[in-house]
Amino acid sequence: MLAAAIIAAVGAGSVAVPLSEIIKVIIAHVTPFSPAVDSVHDSIIGDVRLPRVLLAGLVGASLAISGAAFQGLLQNPLADPYTLGVSSGASVGAVLVLFLGISFPVFSMVTLPIMSILTAVLTLLFVITFARMLDQTLSIETLILTGIVLGSFLGSVISLMIALTGDELRQIVGWLLGSVAMRGWNFVSLLVPFFVIGSLLLLIQGQELNAMSLGEERAKQLGVPTEKRKAVILLAASILTGAAVAVSGTIGFVGLVVPHICRKLFGVDHRHLLPLSLINGATFLILADLVSRTIIAPVELPIGVITSLIGAPIFALILYQQRKERSTHRKRRGAVHD
Amino acid sequence: MIEVQNVSGGYEEKPIVVHVDFSVSKGEFFGVVGPNGCGKTTLFKMMSGVLPLWSGTVSIDSRTIDQYDRKSLARKVATLPQIQQSYFTYSVDETVMMGRYAYQSGLFKQPSAEDEQVVERILHQMGLTQMRHLPITELSGGERQRVYLAQALSQEPDVLLLDEPTNHLDFSYQKQLLDELKQLTLTDELTVVSIFHDLNIASLYCDRLLLMEEGSIKKMGTPDAVMQKELLEGVYQSTIDVYANPSVASPQMNVMPGYLSSASSELSSELLQVSDEKILFQVKRPLKTFSSAVVGAGFGWYQNFVNYHVDKNFTCDAPDRFMKEKFHEWGLPEHETLAMMTAANVTNFAKRYVCENNFTLLVLVTAGTSNAVDVLYGAEHGFVATPGTVNTWVFVEGELSEQAFIQAVVTATEAKTKAFTDCEITDQLTGTMATGTSTDSILIASTQTGEHVEYAGPVTALGSTIGRAVYEATVEAIKNSFQGKRV
Repeated sequence: MLAAAIIAAVGAGSVAVPLSEIIKVIIAHVTPFSPAVDSVHDSIIGDVRLPRVLLAGLVGASLAISGAAFQGLLQNPLADPYTLGVSSGASVGAVLVLFLGISFPVFSMVTLPIMSILTAVLTLLFVITFARMLDQTLSIETLILTGIVLGSFLGSVISLMIALTGDELRQIVGWLLGSVAMRGWNFVSLLVPFFVIGSLLLLIQGQELNAMSLGEERAKQLGVPTEKRKAVILLAASILTGAAVAVSGTIGFVGLVVPHICRKLFGVDHRHLLPLSLINGATFLILADLVSRTIIAPVELPIGVITSLIGAPIFALILYQQRKERSTHRKRRGAVHD
Repeated sequence: MIEVQNVSGGYEEKPIVVHVDFSVSKGEFFGVVGPNGCGKTTLFKMMSGVLPLWSGTVSIDSRTIDQYDRKSLARKVATLPQIQQSYFTYSVDETVMMGRYAYQSGLFKQPSAEDEQVVERILHQMGLTQMRHLPITELSGGERQRVYLAQALSQEPDVLLLDEPTNHLDFSYQKQLLDELKQLTLTDELTVVSIFHDLNIASLYCDRLLLMEEGSIKKMGTPDAVMQKELLEGVYQSTIDVYANPSVASPQMNVMPGYLSSASSELSSELLQVSDEKILFQVKRPLKTFSSAVVGAGFGWYQNFVNYHVDKNFTCDAPDRFMKEKFHEWGLPEHETLAMMTAANVTNFAKRYVCENNFTLLVLVTAGTSNAVDVLYGAEHGFVATPGTVNTWVFVEGELSEQAFIQAVVTATEAKTKAFTDCEITDQLTGTMATGTSTDSILIASTQTGEHVEYAGPVTALGSTIGRAVYEATVEAIKNSFQGKRV
């Protein structure tokens, strides 16, 4: 499915390219083989479409797997990088880099993702600490409300920074809405190392996330060294989110929608949920990007518009189901007490 | 097995558990009881290593728990939490498999063949094999609790900590779950330490109990030693009665509802309805009753008391069923009605009403003497189950101890025998003085309100009043029956 999505997405566009050519170009770019390809096709696909599709896939995979991890860890099906405010936090980091022109001396290339990751971690810690101060049990509503409020606050901070700088940063407004367009191979290679590290760190936490989704205390009783594992999971999910935001801006709801659908289709066991979210997250965002640039072509919609259009109703649906489940649960408990 | 030494701890600044010290040995079923907020759950969290200790140590197999890492601790101690709600619906076998976490290694923690075997065995043991693929949300509360017990057992622990394992379970599931646990302590030498809300269940299943109050140990020992009336009343701040369990050698506790102690119930002879067929005495509130009645013998609580007249030659295979059909006919609720039978004419009854000192007493006697017996020669009469002849009812307004009930029976019986002697009733078969008839019945009933009466022997205030009233009423009833015959 992922492969089909890649090929379909690469093939679609103003210039039609035959299927065999597409495959050849892909092989030429991602493997050591170099089959003979048409140079026009090579530049359209190889330099424009392929990096865009791969980037969409990597970003989708990153956001979806971190969403699944956040949800298991916080025992909260509504948690995702966007609703927790982590994406906005990462954007602040990215905008700060552009605004102040910060650059780390040796690793100037990775300044942007590193700053995004740092601000993502800080935002996440702030949201969790603040929500816990309000409500010891870290209930769904408190956590998400805190995340969303902080997210819109940080959004305003970014707008303020943009307004202060005048024209220079106007260009990043479009980027903030979330887009994988016109990024090129640089961005793909920038994201890959963070993606590999973050995903691997999460993929080996399946059984731990299962236990922690029963509550941290229960996980401890089952033998999980929760402090260590929690730190690793939060760090890995922040790395993925931060790096994804650094290259593509804030794309909302991917981390919410994809794990939700995967859970419905394949069950809640995190040992399967994490890899499935990864693959389907990639497919989802590639297709969303495909839709965003073809639906009203030649005009391109920001990809974030598509994901929000799909994601917000699903968010509402999950909230509704949780509410209903809990009220029937409460009724049942009431009956037992009578 | 598990040793808790001088442990204190709590949350933030406030100590919840203070200097708690006890040890539980292998295969023991150990119960922790105490009122809400006394620190039971906090103590458990410290024992399972979830909450740090402020001072003291918890050791398992002579190693303190901080010498274990989480995984090896989870292989020693498992906890059955109170029913929990998860937003993610795992299937039964996924849930049980999580209990094997502590045995899994490698990056991806794939279950080994051994893990699969253990889960299989435990699913079978808990009767969950059939529903293994169901999501746990589709199970009943009892089944779900079994799944979590299976999860804890798949940790193959030496010690199992249970926090109110029977919470939210209905009666039959409580029994089933606790029977299973008890069995494991006997067969697998599993050590069980459990918090209980229900004192009766705790004393039925536990080898020893720990009673906590305000974070400290109030008392520890066998259920008999811990379940002391004064001790429990002090700790729980309510009136609690402790009785012997009718069928098992464990104490049984009853909480006295506050609204009863202030209510008073009045006894008066106006509540009496007499017809040729029966005497019916109806009170507004149930009376605690100790009797040898046909329906309602032993201790019980009754509101309606019937003395039913039957013919001397009446025979019936199941007199209690016969009487229950009568209750139905008369519109008396079956479970609130006590009944005796007599061949004597009930209209010849005699009554005495005494209201003095701190109690009110009502005595009703129906008597016939045709089958009078000298107790020394009873065997010569042969046993014939005929309807009762002298039926003695004693109603007391007061709060009688069980001892007083039995002494009242003795005193009333002595008074009856004295009446037989003074009326010169003889055993027709032997010609000796009769001590009663072959089928007498007695009833002592009390409102259980007002003054506490510990004794009712013949020299006590209540006893002597009962003796005098029963004597007089019996004499009168015997005389009435003679007159009745003459008429």
